Amino acid sequence: MTITKIKKDHLRLIFDRLKDSYKLVGPRVENDVIVLTEMDFHDIPAGYKDLHGKGVYRLSGNKDSNTFSFSLGPDSFKRFLSPPVREIFAFKKSKKGISANVSSKEEKPTAFIGMRACDISALKLYDKVFLEGPVRDTGYDSLKRNSLIIAVNCLYPNGNCFCDSLGTGPEVRDGFDLAITEIQDSFLLETGSSKGSEILNGLTIEEVSDKEMDEKNSRTEDCKKTIKRHIKVNDLPWVIYRNPEHPRWTDVASRCLACGNCTQVCPTCFCNSSYDRLELSGISKKSREISGNKVRAWDSCFSKNFARVHGGNFRPSRRARYRHWMTHKLAYWIEQFGSPGCVGCGRCITWCPVGIDITEELEAIRK
Amino acid sequence: MKRPRIGVFKFTSCDGCQLSIMNLEEKFLDLLELFDIAYFRETTDRPLTGHFDISIVEGSISTAWQKNDIVDIRERSRYLITIGACATAGGLQALRNWGSITDYKNYIYPSPVIINVLSTSTPISEHVYVDYELWGCPINEKAFSETLISFLIGKKPGIPIYSLCMECKRMGLPCILVSKSEPCLGPVTRAGCGALCPYFQKPCYGCFGPKEDANIESLLKQFQNMGLTQKECILLLDKMNTYAYRKAKIERS
Ligand code: SF4
Ligand code: SF4
Ligand code: SF4
Ligand code: SF4
Ligand code: SF4
Repeated sequence: MTITKIKKDHLRLIFDRLKDSYKLVGPRVENDVIVLTEMDFHDIPAGYKDLHGKGVYRLSGNKDSNTFSFSLGPDSFKRFLSPPVREIFAFKKSKKGISANVSSKEEKPTAFIGMRACDISALKLYDKVFLEGPVRDTGYDSLKRNSLIIAVNCLYPNGNCFCDSLGTGPEVRDGFDLAITEIQDSFLLETGSSKGSEILNGLTIEEVSDKEMDEKNSRTEDCKKTIKRHIKVNDLPWVIYRNPEHPRWTDVASRCLACGNCTQVCPTCFCNSSYDRLELSGISKKSREISGNKVRAWDSCFSKNFARVHGGNFRPSRRARYRHWMTHKLAYWIEQFGSPGCVGCGRCITWCPVGIDITEELEAIRK
Repeated sequence: MKRPRIGVFKFTSCDGCQLSIMNLEEKFLDLLELFDIAYFRETTDRPLTGHFDISIVEGSISTAWQKNDIVDIRERSRYLITIGACATAGGLQALRNWGSITDYKNYIYPSPVIINVLSTSTPISEHVYVDYELWGCPINEKAFSETLISFLIGKKPGIPIYSLCMECKRMGLPCILVSKSEPCLGPVTRAGCGALCPYFQKPCYGCFGPKEDANIESLLKQFQNMGLTQKECILLLDKMNTYAYRKAKIERS
């Protein structure tokens, strides 16, 4: 890994260069929230600060002189690598039999701009689920393989960040093509792959002084110090396994809406359901033909029909469903994939309409 | 093969859901290929005769004779499907369930004595067995055709019972409850509309009715933390699905 630097106003050149071969996806302000969409250099919410509470989010502009002054919005990059609704194949059933057609669209590869350490860690977990398991998700594979990751080291954590406790941030260590650290007068650039170094070819890059390295390290330390939320992990998964009947589960169920927001914003939640999409025009009584599409969409363990089998759902109550969600994140995952299924991004806390806080619930289960 | 016979019936309602069927436009022609629309007063003057494979019922029961008519329709039908908030939850007119019908009559009509109605407006399912319910004010056309397709090929309709938030998040809409403290009913409301109101930065007012296992108490408590009074909270529920939301609220608390 090599580290160089560019002048602050040269960042735009990197964007210009990327645009030729990539679709740029990154942070942009939409209706007073930082979302991830297709964007360009001038869309970066530079100077914006986002305030995160339990079930509360507020964004304000012109608050800081840094370009990457903001933290995370509700979207994670899973929106692009495992899209919310995706057509898997088209099918046709006729007297001759059943045929299926996998539609493959050639798309311009995507460059993900401004990915934080927690989200990079989440992507590694996604790889475990979608690529390293018994079945490879070819859709995810091709989207991921062609993409480029431009990471950003966090300057300011938000009030719900707790990556530090899980070792998933705030410092970006690997899993990127290019990583940006903002210091007072320039951007420091670390390259993590040959694709990453290629981007810098021909740009005016300069050497990094010891003083600037110190500034980088002290900025990372400052960020760590301002992380207010923590989670104890040394007694996981057993503290949860030992407490399936803890009264706190009933308490959280009285607050939980089973709305699924926490799972939709979580960068590691991966659950999907698939269904057949049929149109009236796809059915012909005369020729006895049915044609339609198999579609896959994000689902959630909070919905009653998810995990429903003949006779019902093994988790019929909100109590059982919340308990399952937290147990999966903080306990089953450890056995399934070797690490917790939480990277401490805090999104589930911010975007829960009633402000349920996973760190607080875990602490309560301990008592 | 004979096309299944369909009847479309109306009780107390605004006809909006029937209009949604007509809004299928060219798809309506596909519908005619597959089904025999034997009774549908909005589109044809074919008289009411015989039995139906599927009866589609709009509107709530709010008069004495409707109570008899719905039994007659049920007896003529193999399957009975209700469409919309009125038929499925009693509609906006069910607001009278919480007040006095005489007061309402006197307040609204110049000659209240000629208004011969029941003191309540109730969903079809309180009167006869209903095979399937489609929510919405009005219903979503896609959900309607999905239901008919399911009948044709013998599958369960793929219509979500989870929250509107799921749909809202899939669409990538910034949440106005969290980012602006708008009292959005999305977390306790069924998906199905395509998150129409949040798309326009407006809070959902619940026209698709309560989702399964809706925890209304908890959401209203949060609205109170955001500054709404208890009365304002109840008023949020008192729209076209008032009967269903209030029932869900009582049953869960
Ligand atoms: S959780 Fe950590 S890595 Fe993620 S945004 Fe917060 S500080 Fe940055
Ligand atoms: S924890 Fe919050 S976001 Fe998650 S399902 Fe419950 S109420 Fe919804
Ligand atoms: S469980 Fe919550 S804090 Fe953990 S990764 Fe998911 S959204 Fe982030
Ligand atoms: S805007 Fe409304 S429907 Fe959308 S996520 Fe927020 S609460 Fe749910
Ligand atoms: S957002 Fe709510 S009120 Fe608006 S159309 Fe959808 S269900 Fe109806």
